[in-house]
Amino acid sequence: MAFRISRTGLLFALIGLAGLALPFVQFKPNRIVPGEGLRLFDALSLPLGWMIGLVLGAVLIAGCLERWPARLRLTVALLSVIAVTLALGAAATQLTPPDNTLARVSPSSGFWLLLLAFALMLADAQSRITLGLPIRLAMLIGAMVLIAVILGSGVLDGVSVMREYAARSDLFAREAAGHLVLAFGSLGLALLIGLPLGVAIYESPAMRRPVLGILNILQTIPSLALFGIMIPIFGWIAANIPGAAQAGVAGIGLFPALVALFLYSLLPVVSNTLTGLIGVNPATREAAAGLGMTRPQILVQVLIPLALPVLLAAIRIVLVQNIGLAVIAGLIGGGGFGTFVFQGLNQTAMDLVLLGALPTIALALVAGIALDLLVEATGGAPKGGQA
Amino acid sequence: MTGRVLMAAAMLFLLAFLASPESFASLFKPFTRNNAPAIYTQTGLMSLTLSHLGLVLLAVIASTLIAVTLAILVTRPSGREFLPLARTVTSVGQTFPPVAVLALAVPVMGFGAGPTLVALFLYGLLPVFENALAGLTGQSPQVQEAARGMGLTPRQRLWQVELPLALPVILTGVRLTAVISLGTATIGSTVAAKTLGELIIAGLLSSNTAFVLQGGMVVGILAVLIYEGFQRLEQLAAARIGQG
Amino acid sequence: MIEIQNLTRIYGTTAVVKDVSLTVETGQIAALVGTSGSGKTTLLRMINRLVEPSAGRVLIDGKDTAEIEPHLLRRQIGYAIQGHGLFPHRTVAQNISTVPRLLGWTQDQHRARVDELLELFQMEPADFRDRMPHELSGGQQQRVGVARALAARPDLLLMDEPFGALDPVIRAKAQQDLRDIQRQLGTTLIIVTHDMEEAVTLGDRIAVMDKGELLQYGPPSEILTTPATSFVSDLIGTGDRPFRLLSLTPVAEIIAEGQAEGAEIPREASLRDALAECLWSGRDRLPVEGGGIVTLDSLRAQAAPTARAAE
Ligand SMILES: Nc1ncnc2c1ncn2[C@@H]1O[C@H](COP(=O)(O)OP(=O)(O)OP(=O)(O)O)[C@@H](O)[C@H]1O
Ligand SMILES: [Mg+2]
Repeated sequence: MAFRISRTGLLFALIGLAGLALPFVQFKPNRIVPGEGLRLFDALSLPLGWMIGLVLGAVLIAGCLERWPARLRLTVALLSVIAVTLALGAAATQLTPPDNTLARVSPSSGFWLLLLAFALMLADAQSRITLGLPIRLAMLIGAMVLIAVILGSGVLDGVSVMREYAARSDLFAREAAGHLVLAFGSLGLALLIGLPLGVAIYESPAMRRPVLGILNILQTIPSLALFGIMIPIFGWIAANIPGAAQAGVAGIGLFPALVALFLYSLLPVVSNTLTGLIGVNPATREAAAGLGMTRPQILVQVLIPLALPVLLAAIRIVLVQNIGLAVIAGLIGGGGFGTFVFQGLNQTAMDLVLLGALPTIALALVAGIALDLLVEATGGAPKGGQA
Repeated sequence: MTGRVLMAAAMLFLLAFLASPESFASLFKPFTRNNAPAIYTQTGLMSLTLSHLGLVLLAVIASTLIAVTLAILVTRPSGREFLPLARTVTSVGQTFPPVAVLALAVPVMGFGAGPTLVALFLYGLLPVFENALAGLTGQSPQVQEAARGMGLTPRQRLWQVELPLALPVILTGVRLTAVISLGTATIGSTVAAKTLGELIIAGLLSSNTAFVLQGGMVVGILAVLIYEGFQRLEQLAAARIGQG
Repeated sequence: MIEIQNLTRIYGTTAVVKDVSLTVETGQIAALVGTSGSGKTTLLRMINRLVEPSAGRVLIDGKDTAEIEPHLLRRQIGYAIQGHGLFPHRTVAQNISTVPRLLGWTQDQHRARVDELLELFQMEPADFRDRMPHELSGGQQQRVGVARALAARPDLLLMDEPFGALDPVIRAKAQQDLRDIQRQLGTTLIIVTHDMEEAVTLGDRIAVMDKGELLQYGPPSEILTTPATSFVSDLIGTGDRPFRLLSLTPVAEIIAEGQAEGAEIPREASLRDALAECLWSGRDRLPVEGGGIVTLDSLRAQAAPTARAAE
């Protein structure tokens, strides 16, 4: 049996071995002083560090050989991701002197590279096996449960991000809720307004150019500016229009951010609604009318079900985009995870930046994958495309 | 035709505004309060704009070069092994929020133009790569077959057949990247990059809507101009291969 | 009875249907033929008001269709189109029961109706009921399309090139089935086609249209023997004319006394089949099932328009 070298495996090995050679964690006696980088072998107590390091190294090198079945590689890569994560937690616990609340252990380049190497191995193995929808859904849920278990178990509690979290867990819950309200609330608003608008311009083609033109221009305004413009506009409305303030309109806080995100979401929703409706076979539409369906019946029973995959694709685009853009709300006091990101940037406290950035990324990933699955389940193209 | 006139008008307006912002002060005065200045003078608008554009240009060129090269590599027989992985990474990578990428680049690059450039570059890779991949893999097998049958070497096929045919689609990717980068670059000012975001943030900090509007307007007009310009290029490229 | 009176439709400045009047008797098949763009579809769609007439009116059993709500009117009229227009997201049963459900039939009623129709179209209900349209062959899709049009027992069925997408063999079979089912149910049928052959096979009456105008309306034999204009004769195609004429009459109608050698021909076979058999087997007379013969001479006489006109 000839051993062929797998070049993807080789790439992962290079990344991973570099990760083993580079500092795994950054140790700082307190938050201010510059830290000291420690490799995996040095970060963990003597036998453990070497054992984990050697096993991971062996996996990486073995991965260079061609003949492993994809399912095995998938499992091994998953276990390795877990091992790297747990090693981080262990290193943090071991390095931090007991009862010391000042010392900080944060993940460093070595950790990120190892994580990247095994995540790539995981992605590669997964893309080579065709798994059914239910299995992939189960995998997504499984991954979320796994993360929850690891975070809940406390093994990572020594890591700097988690210590930042522990210091402000109430605040975190509030900003998380704020972030979700921003992302999902703006999506809900966009659907509420965008769907009827899409249907309207479908029914009257003359309106298409002006409506889409305006929404397109809205899209070109940089997010930062759009958020900024909302503040005085709603401030003025709240102050000058009777009843507006009581109805929740305000120039500060969540409201302007919500509206800005809503405005950004309109184009994908409206244009995809139109595309989806136009895409319905004219013969089908004609048949529906010919059979005596009323206009609303045609819309609800025929057009919308058939346009559903395209509509879901719009929801995917909007949700992923808004989860990301909602970070900017942190800059104008709109809440959400962006609060931590920008606080962290201001104080050059990277752990705080991570506390905001990591959950945002995780949320966007989960939303993206979950909606991809949904689009696929309703018979659309498997990957979420561009607007 | 009217489109072209509108574009020209927008361009002229932008140039006039950048060359002499003070002459437009009365236009923005209503948006200021307490006699605050209507025009940002801390840094010249022209220089902010140029630095903003420079950053975007650099990032777009870099991502285009790398992304197209990678797309070519993974579509060669020797690189096919990487294709499924590349597809997965692209679709997952695009769900990463640009702001998060920017923030995460700071620990590596420090503050300034560096992290912005890196974030713009990384984030810009994906649309170009995705489109280049679509362009290179979506070609009719007959054309490939014909090119082979005429005795073109793989390298000649790439340069004379595949790339020209994929060009319109690649340009679409570059356009997406350019427009996204133009907007994202404003956020770079939060990590001290010199971009038009500086103007907007100054406006936010001093509650001066005029600044916010100016920043938004300049970036918006630039985005529309770039968008239209690329679209024209794409049409030209498509017309050349008979799809116009 | 369907009475179309001075129907006109104008788009912009051009009349795509000009002052067309014709009557279709209850239980008959009228075939609309004409070149592409001659206004056949538009005329058909004005009957169920998918297109509103610019002038003129349509009476169904004496009642003006303009007085009925369009969607209610359409529920009384079956409608089947080329490419069948089946709802891709609904099963065969759901597709067929569309109009019965719109009309508020009970579940038992429309279920029974679906099975009845599937059987009528020779599709095993248990097998086909729950399939999706894309799980059917083209011919099956087309049959489901017609079954759907017939679901609420309409007295009038409109069909726009229903067989356009079928291959010739399935097409002939589908035409035969349609004819049988139409005779069985007594449905009045107006069918658009641009295939003269199909019009001759199916139509009790043929309406020839050109540039929005009705050039001639009459039984197939009249269209074939005395075309009203040169356009009509071009459409018939001079080369095929005798064969088309022969295909209209069954052997049974011209049986003569006598004896002949060789294989028998069925009584319901067309004269065209008989001629083909004569030429192919080199005989000048064929025995007919159940007695009698057809001769080559009598076939030849039938193929000439003069003979017909003299009848
Ligand atoms: N909605 C419309 N607006 C403008 N013109 C129309 C419209 N519908 C049909 N026409 C025009 O009316 C003429 C007749 O069209 P129609 O569809 O009735 O022809 P047809 O005889 O059914 O042709 P075909 O055999 O190709 O189906 C055509 O010239 C067509 O372009
Ligand atoms: Mg037609």
